[in-house]
Amino acid sequence: MTTPADDQQAPTSGPVRVFLVDDHALFRAGVKAELAGLGDARISVVGEAGSVGEAVVRINTDQPDVVLLDVHMPDGGGRAVLDQIHPALPNVVFLALSVSDAAEDVIHVIRAGARGYVTKTISGPELADAIVRVAGGDAVFSPRLAGFVLDAFSDRPGAAPATDPELDLLSPREREVLRLLARGYAYKEIASQLFISIKTVETHVSSVLRKTQMSNRYELSRWATDRRLI
Amino acid sequence: MPAAPTPTTLPHWPAPDAASAAGGAAPVVSPAAKAPEGMTPAATAAAGMTPAETAAPQAPPPATAPGRTDVSLPKRPLVTPDGIPKMVRPVEGRMLGGVAVGVAQHLKLSTVWVRAVFAILGVFAGAGVVAYALLWIFVPQGADDGQRTRPTTRLERRQAIGIAALGLALAILGGGLGLGRWVGWILGPLGLAVIGGAFIWREADEGRRARWRRTAAGLVAPARGAWWRMVGGASLVVTGLIIFAVGQLDFTAIRSALLAVILTLVGVGIITVPWWVRLVRDLGEERRGRIQEKERAEIAAHLHDSVLQTLALIQRQSADPREVQRLARSQERELRSWLYGPAGYTTAVGAPGTVDTGTLSAALAQAAGDVEDTYAIKVTTVMVGDVVMDPEVAALVAAAREAMVNAAKHSGAAEISLFAEVDGKDVEVFVRDRGVGFDPAEVGTDRRGLAESVHGRMTRHGGRATVTSRPGEGTEVVLSVSVRSGRDQTGPVSLTKQQSTENQSTAGTTEQKAARDNSGR
Repeated sequence: MTTPADDQQAPTSGPVRVFLVDDHALFRAGVKAELAGLGDARISVVGEAGSVGEAVVRINTDQPDVVLLDVHMPDGGGRAVLDQIHPALPNVVFLALSVSDAAEDVIHVIRAGARGYVTKTISGPELADAIVRVAGGDAVFSPRLAGFVLDAFSDRPGAAPATDPELDLLSPREREVLRLLARGYAYKEIASQLFISIKTVETHVSSVLRKTQMSNRYELSRWATDRRLI
Repeated sequence: MPAAPTPTTLPHWPAPDAASAAGGAAPVVSPAAKAPEGMTPAATAAAGMTPAETAAPQAPPPATAPGRTDVSLPKRPLVTPDGIPKMVRPVEGRMLGGVAVGVAQHLKLSTVWVRAVFAILGVFAGAGVVAYALLWIFVPQGADDGQRTRPTTRLERRQAIGIAALGLALAILGGGLGLGRWVGWILGPLGLAVIGGAFIWREADEGRRARWRRTAAGLVAPARGAWWRMVGGASLVVTGLIIFAVGQLDFTAIRSALLAVILTLVGVGIITVPWWVRLVRDLGEERRGRIQEKERAEIAAHLHDSVLQTLALIQRQSADPREVQRLARSQERELRSWLYGPAGYTTAVGAPGTVDTGTLSAALAQAAGDVEDTYAIKVTTVMVGDVVMDPEVAALVAAAREAMVNAAKHSGAAEISLFAEVDGKDVEVFVRDRGVGFDPAEVGTDRRGLAESVHGRMTRHGGRATVTSRPGEGTEVVLSVSVRSGRDQTGPVSLTKQQSTENQSTAGTTEQKAARDNSGR
């Protein structure tokens, strides 16, 4: 299931080293216990941090493979951690984990460099899968994130014309994949529904992620900039 | 302590307090009027005015006194950053306004010397008097703690009157010798205006918000004292500048008069700059504080009514995990919509009031919430685009609800995915579960729910319903309908319409259009 990552220098041997960042100690403990309880050999939690400053220092020293990042924290939230670490350590992959389903929050962390977004109500095995998936260089889209991205890339009558079709438009296939994601389909189910391989589904999703991060579409940049709370 | 001294202090109160009341209001103008007399106003006011004024304000002091004792006590240690006591006009030991005593305490000098300096300065065209008046206006009165430990002694009073008389004599002498003419213009009105201005600016720098705020509030609904202070201060500055202008320019020329007026206005403007700045800033601060207070109260009230109640319920129902889940889920939904929903707490300013229950997204969210509550199942709702409700959309929502109920009842899955997409004129809703599934070909007549409610409903409204299911692989119900032509001209209302006012107006026009359509029907 893990795909060989060509752009990623993640250590392929051994489990994925996971780091937790959340200001709620209770939640960190819960996630840790849940991941440990799975007995999943693919994952090991190597550290945790309860604040932005602590996270920046520890991640720099520990250099984990995947950081589970809470979006809402004091001192700038997950965004601040991403901004401080992502440019310096591009090999550390971020998976945003939040209770907030507000479109702006989701789009914001994605555009700051997170490779996926899942809500905190996600089940343990699903979270483990998501961690392994982002560690392998793929993107993880929750149904809601897929919905937001579809909405942001939808063709509205009043929308400004795309300045860069390469980035500002989704291909029909990508749209289909997103729609199935929003309908609650797993990658495997999408693959069988569209008669394509899982690898192709992953490629499409990664491409959508890239467009979401790079595009200058009005809706995306508005979500990214016009934020009152970070 | 407060009970015992009250009867004894009461008889003492009228005289000193009348002086303080008078100091706050009426006599502010008096030094200006009696300017040439040097320090004499101080003497006359202390000796002569007090008995006269005693009659009128006799009633208020006892009433205000106990209240003031309590309030002013914590404000006592007014100290500058350097550790020097802030300049105030103390009530105790004062003759007129307490200015001399205040200056003496502030500069750590003897009061006699300060009084003497004021008297001597008064010789120079009334400089001392004006300085005294300015200080009186702009230096706040010291805390009146009610316990007059040291009333003005007889010796002090005599000393002060003596100094005043000396000052007056000097002034007369100086006037006779023509001495005042040349020094007068140096230390005269203009010099005084500068000194006064400097004092005001310096004092305004210090953090004395409370006092300024009091004054600022006084501007909106002015207390009599505040008005007198303002009018008195302004007339002082105006008088000073006019005297200067008259002395310098040819009074007969209208141009000069105009110039004098302009000069006066400029002077007043310059002097009051810090006051205005402070006024505006404090009003803004106060408003912000009020808003914050209101917000806090609102949040507290909301959390109390919702979250705390639910937590209490959960504690009581802790034996029933299903009920606990149901409560937690419905509370989460409620809190989420309050925080992030349209007209929610964190949405743009002015959003409240634009709760549109008449849209597909709102109706679907409500249906999903009902199903969650009734069947203790999780419904993940994702929506792209939105439309206003019409009979077709209503039928779609009802069918979607039926499909969700069906999934909740029969699938055995823990979660239902609900996805709705509005693309131009077409609305599509997908209800999916990963439950047991069934073979559509073998649906018995007892399972009328899906066939009748879903299929029937949709076809009656020109829509379609497709049920895909296989045993063991869950079920998906796809519902689609075309919204009426004419609706799509407004386009799908943005999913995030509450995030920008511009989009809000779009939503508004959509609703108006809907209203018009309805009235036309």
